[in-house]
Amino acid sequence: MQQNREPILKVSNLKKHFPIKSSIPFKKATQFVKAVDGVSFDLYKGETLGIVGESGCGKSTVARLINQLITPTEGKVEFNGVDLASLKTADIRSARKSIQMVFQNPYASLDPRKTIEYLIAEPLAIHGIGDDASRKKRVVDLLETVGLSAYHAKRHPHEFSGGQRQRINIARALALNPAIVVCDEPVSALDVSVQAQVINLLKDLQRDFGLTYIFISHDLNVVNYMCDRIAVMYLGKVVEIGTYQEIYGNPQHPYTQALLSAIPKENPFDAKERIILSGDVPSPVNPPSGCAFHKRCRFAMEQCAQIQPMLDTVTDTHQVSCHLFRVNSL
Amino acid sequence: MTEHLLNVENLTVEFKSSGSTMKAVNGVNLQLNKKETLGIVGESGSGKSVTATALMRLIPSPPGKITDGHIYFNGRDLLQLSEKDMRNVRGNDMSMIFQDPITSLNPVLTVGNQIVEVIRAHEKISKKDAATKAVEMLKMVGIPEPEKRLKMYPHEFSGGMRQRVMIAIALACNPKLLIADEPTTALDVTVQAQILDLMKKLQQEHDTAIIMITHDLGVVWELCDKVNVMYAGRTVESTTTRQLYDNALHPYTWGLLESQITMGTQEQERLPAIPGSPPDLTMPHSGCHFASRCPLATEICHHTAPELVEVQSNHFVACHLQSKEQIVERKEGIFNAAK
Ligand SMILES: Nc1ncnc2c1ncn2[C@@H]1O[C@H](COP(=O)(O)OP(=O)(O)OP(=O)(O)O)[C@@H](O)[C@H]1O
Ligand SMILES: Nc1ncnc2c1ncn2[C@@H]1O[C@H](COP(=O)(O)OP(=O)(O)OP(=O)(O)O)[C@@H](O)[C@H]1O
Ligand code: SF4
Ligand SMILES: [Mg+2]
Ligand SMILES: [Mg+2]
Repeated sequence: MQQNREPILKVSNLKKHFPIKSSIPFKKATQFVKAVDGVSFDLYKGETLGIVGESGCGKSTVARLINQLITPTEGKVEFNGVDLASLKTADIRSARKSIQMVFQNPYASLDPRKTIEYLIAEPLAIHGIGDDASRKKRVVDLLETVGLSAYHAKRHPHEFSGGQRQRINIARALALNPAIVVCDEPVSALDVSVQAQVINLLKDLQRDFGLTYIFISHDLNVVNYMCDRIAVMYLGKVVEIGTYQEIYGNPQHPYTQALLSAIPKENPFDAKERIILSGDVPSPVNPPSGCAFHKRCRFAMEQCAQIQPMLDTVTDTHQVSCHLFRVNSL
Repeated sequence: MTEHLLNVENLTVEFKSSGSTMKAVNGVNLQLNKKETLGIVGESGSGKSVTATALMRLIPSPPGKITDGHIYFNGRDLLQLSEKDMRNVRGNDMSMIFQDPITSLNPVLTVGNQIVEVIRAHEKISKKDAATKAVEMLKMVGIPEPEKRLKMYPHEFSGGMRQRVMIAIALACNPKLLIADEPTTALDVTVQAQILDLMKKLQQEHDTAIIMITHDLGVVWELCDKVNVMYAGRTVESTTTRQLYDNALHPYTWGLLESQITMGTQEQERLPAIPGSPPDLTMPHSGCHFASRCPLATEICHHTAPELVEVQSNHFVACHLQSKEQIVERKEGIFNAAK
């Protein structure tokens, strides 16, 4: 059903290479952290796309690129068919309004000296929306939307628990009526009962406002519950993408399989069979040749060390980049 | 009675702000032997980090203050030590992995400089040797190409990488007691497994005792010998890990167990979540702090605070429902679909 629709967001061959500063002053960097190295995917209106993958594989960098907090080294992000990089300043502003972000760390992302009212109204003020009085009213609406109350407006961030602070972050992200919200580990710092509250809230908001989410998380149970489709990243690239049924029920990439095998079992005291990833975590500064996963892969073949696998089609909605898949499907 | 490595009695911590005082930690007791791992779980804001920070005597003052209690570590009351002696204890015997790696790393110094500084603070070695050691440490926590990484600044690391830097620093001095405050929240399952294995290994080698603060019950089941469940500044349940898993007794703990998201959860429309939020701790409060959210609360719960009682051998719980004479078993689904 998604396939006949135009994507709301289209990410094509996106790259971000951070220069490593040389220790010699004024000398140009010759080495780069290839944090994101050719990522492509479509995002459809009203869906939730999960992004999972090892720590450091580039998930937050993808999020920051989509939010235009940093500029890509290569590739582009199109919102409703318009390349964000081609926009003039005024249009960038309005595009920015449409794509909002909830950050990884609810503790660091709120300025402790400001009141909650100020913090939630800030995006409105920056975009020159409404006057003082109407903003105040909007703040109260937003607080109620996220399950807080008007009397919280005058308080400061430290007076709130982690879960409440994450709600404030969500209220802030919603202030500008965005179409897309990119959530970077929105619940990982929260205890499970508060996690459940925030996830219920995100689902309610999606239903009520037709929001589209990109949902970054390392908790595969949460991703399974939350997401319609899932992209698995490894060392700056998407190695597998599909519906959650496809990724969980029929994972094709050996990395996806290893990741899924590490999910805690229902009864934690039962022995579990984990696929242990041996070998060093590869570096995005000098990525291995061929398939970036080959040094840690149980199935690696000769060609894996030499040729970089392309994304192959498993089904209409499911793609994987692994030589094994190609060999097996011949 | 045997001497515990750590014996905390009646720890109480207050914060003052604009005329009001809040008891963030209210009479907490803890015992820990060497080589043991204690888990602390509980609601956001229940005082887990404040407890940990108090053990290190790092409560920011003002606005905070340890107003009551004793912290016996190796038989000495840490609350009686001079600041200088305490600094020694922190450098050598106890170390802490802080919850927030962003604010606990200095943004203007390279990661390498910061690790070297810590190593040299409690080991008399040259800068060069310390740098070699720093490389080793980053390798240990799974950071690739550590030589290059040492020259980078904290903001150039990913969230999970920063967290691993903090872990490496805390493990550097082979402490007798390691306090880890949500050390694996930013880590994916494979890296998390690696870090937990590393902690277990160090524990074996150095008889380290660990206090593990986490909201990830999976980590509790895997790593901890016993668990304290906190709610609104108090311990509401305390027992062995296995006992908590099989036979939790406090309704808050039931809610916690139920809110967990597992692979089976997808069928349901909404997650069971404990309705409401914890009480405002700046207000005086008579009954059980959980009463307003507890589906089983009765009259007495609203006006008398329950004591922490050993209702079964080695199983402590603070709830009017539970007593030595009568145990109410866990009811699944009591928080179901609550909005
Ligand atoms: N400003 C920067 N300068 C240099 N390198 C950077 C910068 N920001 C990120 N990186 C590097 O890019 C890589 C990807 O980082 P990113 O934060 O996107 O990872 P992540 O997948 O979000 O990881 P985590 O799960 O740990 O949050 C890392 O190697 C990181 O060190
Ligand atoms: N420096 C401070 N000033 C004022 N209040 C504080 C300070 N530090 C903590 N508190 C308050 O003490 C209470 C307990 O906080 P604590 O950080 O210990 O919670 P926690 O159990 O660690 O929660 P989380 O799971 O969200 O980390 C909170 O209500 C918090 O607002
Ligand atoms: S391409 Fe080869 S090395 Fe990479 S995951 Fe597939 S089988 Fe393993
Ligand atoms: Mg990240
Ligand atoms: Mg905490």
